[in-house]
Amino acid sequence: MGSVFLAVYQRDLRLALRRRVEALLPVVFFVVAISLFPLGVGPEPQILRQMAAGIVWVSALLATMLSVTSLYASDHGDGSLEQMILSGHPGSVIAAAKAAAHWTVTGAPLVLVAPLLGLLLDMSPQALAALLASLLLGTPILSLLGGMGAALTLGLRSAGVLLILLIVPLSIPALIFGAGAVSAAEAGLSAAGHFSLLGALLIMTTLGAPVATSFALRIALE
Amino acid sequence: MPTTLSVPATRSDTGKLPRLAATNLACRRGNRLLFTGVNFSVDAGHATWLRGRNGRGKTSLLRLAAGLSVPESGTVSWGGVPVRQAAGMAHRMVYVAHASALKDDLTVTESLRFLALLHGRDSDTTAVHQALERVGMASRRDAPVRTLSQGQRRRATLARLALEREASIWILDEPYDALDSDGVDCVNALLHAHLARGGSVLLTSHQAPGASAPPMASFDLDPFA
Repeated sequence: MGSVFLAVYQRDLRLALRRRVEALLPVVFFVVAISLFPLGVGPEPQILRQMAAGIVWVSALLATMLSVTSLYASDHGDGSLEQMILSGHPGSVIAAAKAAAHWTVTGAPLVLVAPLLGLLLDMSPQALAALLASLLLGTPILSLLGGMGAALTLGLRSAGVLLILLIVPLSIPALIFGAGAVSAAEAGLSAAGHFSLLGALLIMTTLGAPVATSFALRIALE
Repeated sequence: MPTTLSVPATRSDTGKLPRLAATNLACRRGNRLLFTGVNFSVDAGHATWLRGRNGRGKTSLLRLAAGLSVPESGTVSWGGVPVRQAAGMAHRMVYVAHASALKDDLTVTESLRFLALLHGRDSDTTAVHQALERVGMASRRDAPVRTLSQGQRRRATLARLALEREASIWILDEPYDALDSDGVDCVNALLHAHLARGGSVLLTSHQAPGASAPPMASFDLDPFA
């Protein structure tokens, strides 16, 4: 079981390496979207600082949703998905591996560049630390939920829009507690409660989303 | 539940291959009934050639046999157990669909190694290279899949069959498609070896499998529409 997880994970990373430009697009989107805000709402540090956590989190959410649409599409198109489902391994392990690979390729780079963008929005060091921690806990949730959405919308026309409509409501708790943690830290309060809730959300999604994804994949293949 | 599919313990199961049997099978695609009342079986050591006009549901029947989809009515069983619940079937079945299951951005060897690993077959680089040699693809083994021609893709896909060591059931969708006569002979050689070790085959093909093919029972899907 572990070996299958590793095999799927490594294969997806290798595929991303072969298509580096495509893999970098979500991060580019993230950077561009965030850097538009100072231009749009004006350069006053006070306003930017207040909005920073929300801006970064919403952009991370959208960057993840945009990139997750194609998570299963190519495997579905070339028949790999059928082979994975027929292999007799639990579909949830395969779904977990795909989500983990998606996070490594998309989520982790977002977490890494977020502090730089936070500086651009004039965030304080405490807020930056909270932002980093909240994204570290939150982006895996987005990848897992996104994978579920991708499986549910597999093979549909306008799957991308449908996926966003399906998954964005589910990711609102992560957005609220993630951005809330940063605001709390900015205000000098403890963000521990927010982090606990984010952690609980992460555990819940890790346990639930792969199973739901595997059922959705089965249905999509019929 | 996905957990019932996890059956690594039965891989050492080397007894006689259970019989694949369809009883009173009907298949619906959208609101069109493709076929109904289909009965057939494939025993260990035997091959069945599934025939039928375009759109008769040959591929749908293979997908039912592989347990990928659920029949409208009737059952497909493997050793008496419905295929979707048959423990150990996943490891004793090779389903080669029309789509190649090879990744365009990986090399032929990488793609095949992944499939071998996924299905619990020998995924050694040497084993995969030997398999590619048997289907005449040794010179293209490190080429990206995207650069292969249609026939070469088919050969690379069918190299999976050369990795088989134990008696298993092969479900092949148009294995001869896009192959030249040499490729057809390669496939037939693999089929001969497979039947000799007690495996069974269910395949579809537009044209007759050719003179080098092993003897096959033919099953025509046309009367069941």
